[in-house]
Amino acid sequence: MSPELTTILVTVAQGIVILLVAVLVAAYLSWVERRLLAWWQDRYGPNRVGPFGTMQLVADMLKMFFKEDWIPPFADKLTFILAPIVSMSAFMLAFAIIPITPNWFVADLNIGILYFFMLAGLAVYGVLFAGWSSVSKYALLGSLRSTAQSVSYEVFMGLSIMGVVAQAGSFNMIEIVNAQQNIWFIIPQFFGFITFFASGVAVTHRSPFDLPESEAELGAGYHTEYSGMKWGMFFVGEYVGILLVSGLLVTLFLGGWHGPLLPPFVWFMLKISFFIMLFILLRAALPRPRYDQLMSVGWKICLPLTLINLLLTGAIILWQQGGGA
Amino acid sequence: MEIAFYITAAITLYSAVRVVTDTQPVHALLYMVVSLLSIAMIFFIIGAPFAGALEVIVYAGAIMVLFVFVIMLLNLGPGTVKQERAWIEPRIWIGPAILAGGLLIVLSFALGHDNLHPISAVTIDAKQVGIALFGRYLLAVELASVLLLAALVAAWHLGRPTYKR
Repeated sequence: MSPELTTILVTVAQGIVILLVAVLVAAYLSWVERRLLAWWQDRYGPNRVGPFGTMQLVADMLKMFFKEDWIPPFADKLTFILAPIVSMSAFMLAFAIIPITPNWFVADLNIGILYFFMLAGLAVYGVLFAGWSSVSKYALLGSLRSTAQSVSYEVFMGLSIMGVVAQAGSFNMIEIVNAQQNIWFIIPQFFGFITFFASGVAVTHRSPFDLPESEAELGAGYHTEYSGMKWGMFFVGEYVGILLVSGLLVTLFLGGWHGPLLPPFVWFMLKISFFIMLFILLRAALPRPRYDQLMSVGWKICLPLTLINLLLTGAIILWQQGGGA
Repeated sequence: MEIAFYITAAITLYSAVRVVTDTQPVHALLYMVVSLLSIAMIFFIIGAPFAGALEVIVYAGAIMVLFVFVIMLLNLGPGTVKQERAWIEPRIWIGPAILAGGLLIVLSFALGHDNLHPISAVTIDAKQVGIALFGRYLLAVELASVLLLAALVAAWHLGRPTYKR
């Protein structure tokens, strides 16, 4: 084998391993979440299957495989089948840009973070088509809420990390991580961090921003009509989303793999686990806001905050460089 | 790379035709998303990744979502499909098609003749785009932002609550 071919094969293998592990971890998060929620709420949670209930996922998956995968006769078949695939694969593909250690990453793109925004924009279609093709009031209402929420929050999601991009001088994820060798961006870009975190929760439809699937009002929201593996894809897609947003927060604001003493991989894992648990804790701790409150927080607080943050960051960078020409 | 270009271009054209000929409105919009994505793909192929990424984020990710949003709210049933089918008759589209065909001939004639140069293999990154936008094209950018401001004011005016006098 020529050395080039070997490099290509190694890179492809690396990519497949990272994405497979990401999906498996995402699926396992369902168990982690249930156990943690139970622990914080002073109960046991699923602890029967295997040691500490670790095999619960296998039981759940077996159940899901044997469920009838039912497509409603009145549904629009093409979009009904397409929706869960889009929903899961968009977030999975976006995971490709997260560098885990200096040598472990799937793709080193020069548009870097913009690639994530591309796929986050496309992920909306999964929810949108799920709601529309189901021909059900609850699903449609859920998907309308979700679309409005995602579109509004993506506006300042992009703006919130432009401060990071300006300071690092690049869209490339690895260069952004390398720019944080001395100081993590969470300190100079604190408001960027806060707003990105809020919009990240909103884009993955996690509590307290889970109005699209709020079970008390809308059944299960946009995936009310789904069952079996298609529902499973929405479910795993949500956890892949958590993993992705946690990974992005670590890379953009917490210095990625940088850290003293421990090897890079361990640091990355520690930081990403912290954010995953924070996501779960948010669900355990916060009530769900009203829909209009959610929208007005997005447009009236977060958007101006990101704009001011961007202006100040730009001014400071210019001032440090000697006030421009 | 040339093969990739021709395949993507074929997909773009096919999906663009399907946008017009598909009788189910949401499916037509889905084809439009596909055509925008393949245009972004062409940007990537010719070495303009920043333009390609913006094409996906702005057009496929934001503008088309709003289109689909509105179409979904209109609650178009099987009646619309029938209506659309009745509209796509040769008697209706043949005239515009001939005129557009004439334009296509003129365009290919103009393109086939002078100052053609192959696309350079240079990648244009975000920085160069930014310098061009805020240097050479500053006036156009400012005018576009004025236009957007006008749209914003109009949207506020339309959406503001009406009080009883």
